[in-house]
Amino acid sequence: MQNLPGKPRRLNLLWLQSGGCGGCTLSLIGAESPDLLTALDIAGIDLAWHPSLSEATGFELHELLARLISGEEPLDILCLEGSVIRGPRGTGRFHMLSGSERPMKDLIADLAPLANHVVAVGTCAAFGGITAAGDNPSDACGLVYDGREPGGLLGPRFRARSGLPVINVSGCPVHPGWVVETFLQLAGGTLTEADLDGIGRPRFYADHLVHHGCTRNEFYEFKASARNLSEMGCMMEHLGCMGTQVHADCNIRLWNGEGSCTRGGYPCISCTEPGFEELDHPFTLTPKRAGIPVGLPTDMPKAWFVALASLSKAATPERLRKNAVADHIVVPPVGRQGKHQK
Amino acid sequence: MTRRVVGPFNRVEGDLEIKLDIDGGAVRAAFINSPLFRGFEQILVGKSPSDALVYTPRICGICSVSQSMAAASALAAMQGVAIPDNGALVQNLVMAAENTADHLTHFYLFFMPDFARAVYRAEPWFGAAEARFKAVSGTAAREVLPARAEFLHLMGILAGRWPHTLGLQPGGTTRAVGGSEQVRLLATVASLRRFLETSLFADTLEQVTALDSEAALDAWMDAAPSERGDLRHFLVVSKVMGLDKLGRGTGRYLSYGAYGMNGGHAFRRGIVEAGRPRAFRSAEIAEDHASSWLARPAAPAHPSHGLTLPEPDAPGGYTWCKAPRLAGSVVEVGALARQIVDGHPLIVDLVARGGGNARTRIIARMLEIARIVPLMEAWVRTIRPREPFCAHAAMPPDGECEGLVEAARGALGHWMEVRDGRIANYQIVAPTTWNFSPRDENGVPGVCEQALVDAPVREGEIEPVAVQHIVRSFDPCMVCTVH
Repeated sequence: MQNLPGKPRRLNLLWLQSGGCGGCTLSLIGAESPDLLTALDIAGIDLAWHPSLSEATGFELHELLARLISGEEPLDILCLEGSVIRGPRGTGRFHMLSGSERPMKDLIADLAPLANHVVAVGTCAAFGGITAAGDNPSDACGLVYDGREPGGLLGPRFRARSGLPVINVSGCPVHPGWVVETFLQLAGGTLTEADLDGIGRPRFYADHLVHHGCTRNEFYEFKASARNLSEMGCMMEHLGCMGTQVHADCNIRLWNGEGSCTRGGYPCISCTEPGFEELDHPFTLTPKRAGIPVGLPTDMPKAWFVALASLSKAATPERLRKNAVADHIVVPPVGRQGKHQK
Repeated sequence: MTRRVVGPFNRVEGDLEIKLDIDGGAVRAAFINSPLFRGFEQILVGKSPSDALVYTPRICGICSVSQSMAAASALAAMQGVAIPDNGALVQNLVMAAENTADHLTHFYLFFMPDFARAVYRAEPWFGAAEARFKAVSGTAAREVLPARAEFLHLMGILAGRWPHTLGLQPGGTTRAVGGSEQVRLLATVASLRRFLETSLFADTLEQVTALDSEAALDAWMDAAPSERGDLRHFLVVSKVMGLDKLGRGTGRYLSYGAYGMNGGHAFRRGIVEAGRPRAFRSAEIAEDHASSWLARPAAPAHPSHGLTLPEPDAPGGYTWCKAPRLAGSVVEVGALARQIVDGHPLIVDLVARGGGNARTRIIARMLEIARIVPLMEAWVRTIRPREPFCAHAAMPPDGECEGLVEAARGALGHWMEVRDGRIANYQIVAPTTWNFSPRDENGVPGVCEQALVDAPVREGEIEPVAVQHIVRSFDPCMVCTVH
């Protein structure tokens, strides 16, 4: 990509971590086809500094930060992993930049307007995420969201020097493919505001639902439901699965070779969505009203859902009814050949 | 005496800052600060107990299934559920995969790049070490990342994804393994074995595991050229640079026992003090807050009734980390502790001769990789595809429980109190909390603080490379430490 016209210079990328767990980095270094270092090289991106990967340590980083802040060195891409920590009482003392007397939140606020692009990597950096759960003891927020509300550290009107808003590559953790493709598009100059959804997520993954490509879709069609984790049926009715409402392509673009949460036997807990950390019900239980799940697909009229569900339940094949509550296939599909032989 | 503040230490997990008192070309005292507080223990209060399986893995992205397993073990104890053999096997496989991936990540991406630093440019071994281990651009990083990613397919198959899986449950695991997954798992583990036997060891795992003394290790090292295998490369550089003289620990080791099966562990549970093993008793654990920015109870408390309330201006505080002590003593945890408690002859001999030090810690990790992979192969073969993987039991509305596991970095404990079906108290003591604890009420420094004393400071060094080796020899995970 460095050979594209008008893009002769390699881009630099500064990666900072604040109130998170490092899981997005650990997920990211599992990138495949190609691996992360090769992908960055192809994109024409150099790591100015990354906390897990770079040699430079301590004062070398402080010197780099000084050069970036003074403008002596341009900043092409700033990534934040983890939420912004504002506590206690707005001081940011719950996370000071090591080797300095500065709260991380101040450093982030200084650097963001200097960057050509700002990328929030993971749900913490985007919306506050799990760090903001409960009573949010550290007063965590995202770069331009505070949970579901616009705001955050930089405010809703923030624009990076390129004119783009903060790119919210949410996910807890983030899928390596989501980050790598965002980088490749930024480096190629092809990512526009129209490529982001209403809350700043790249639409290439956020225009899908976790439900798409779910291997349990046939169970969903007939409302053949799992009662316990580890069973094969649809997990929407009893086990809290939110895959029909959650924006992500996890079941199309698989994880770690061939996985996904639902393929792993547990429900989608909506980790790419703002506010997922506080669902007001236990994660693996479906809240219901009058026996009907409260969280239905957002774009389907409720009456139709109820009517279709009762119809499809009445029509559930025996095969699905039995397999739904088993942990492996106990009744295989009957083949056409079998029918002809009768 | 000069005081120097060093940080951030990168190529560790999370944030780390150290104050060093330096005099006469060596470190005289070290004060370790874990500068990030998030408050997971407060977040958990009031939640449904099963939700601990969602929150606690997100304490840490590098040992997330270890956190998950500690929570699942605690919940299993509360429910009294009996895990089917398949469930225990898959739990062990997932834990082993995470621990092995951690050891590889640490060795190749975190630890070895320090030998490619400019400070070593004049050393005769520098050129080869730089070509192989230089951060980002060295040949090793470009080999290990794809090998690691392919190995983590095991997580895709068994746990849906990694990190932050919900697949480990109190009664087992949520993904049943069929015959086809079983052979794919075998192939995935075999593929890692091939990488290890070619690149890391340049020898069979069995030969490495059979090394039973320092003499045997030295003979193995000398039997081939220094760059034949990355472990040998490390051993040769380490010998020249005297890494066995750096970072001496306290000589007391704790392991909760790793990879539970049939009431026992593949790597034994226990304590070793002054070379002698003794039994572990949970009641001997207490957490001291004397140097922490935390509210201070009247006396150090057992984590089952511990308290974590931030108090940023607490006098004498210099870190958010607590100081866990075992029967009042500072203990070291990690692969070195696991292998010495398990009695592996190589580690027992190395520690008897030179103590626990930066070199021994690395060797223990590499040995552990060589021991774990054959165990994984055996566990995969033992899975019986048509039998259950998960048992289900009701959660009692009230009770107390603990979950003790071994993460890559050592002993990890969760303590939970449940009242009226909700979490009333949840306390976590992570491995790096043990190793990177501050001074306690008696002024006794933590393990790494002690290990840093006497570290040499070269002429003109701002951030001494010896300090870097020692700190990273523990493979600290700071996000777990304070959580």
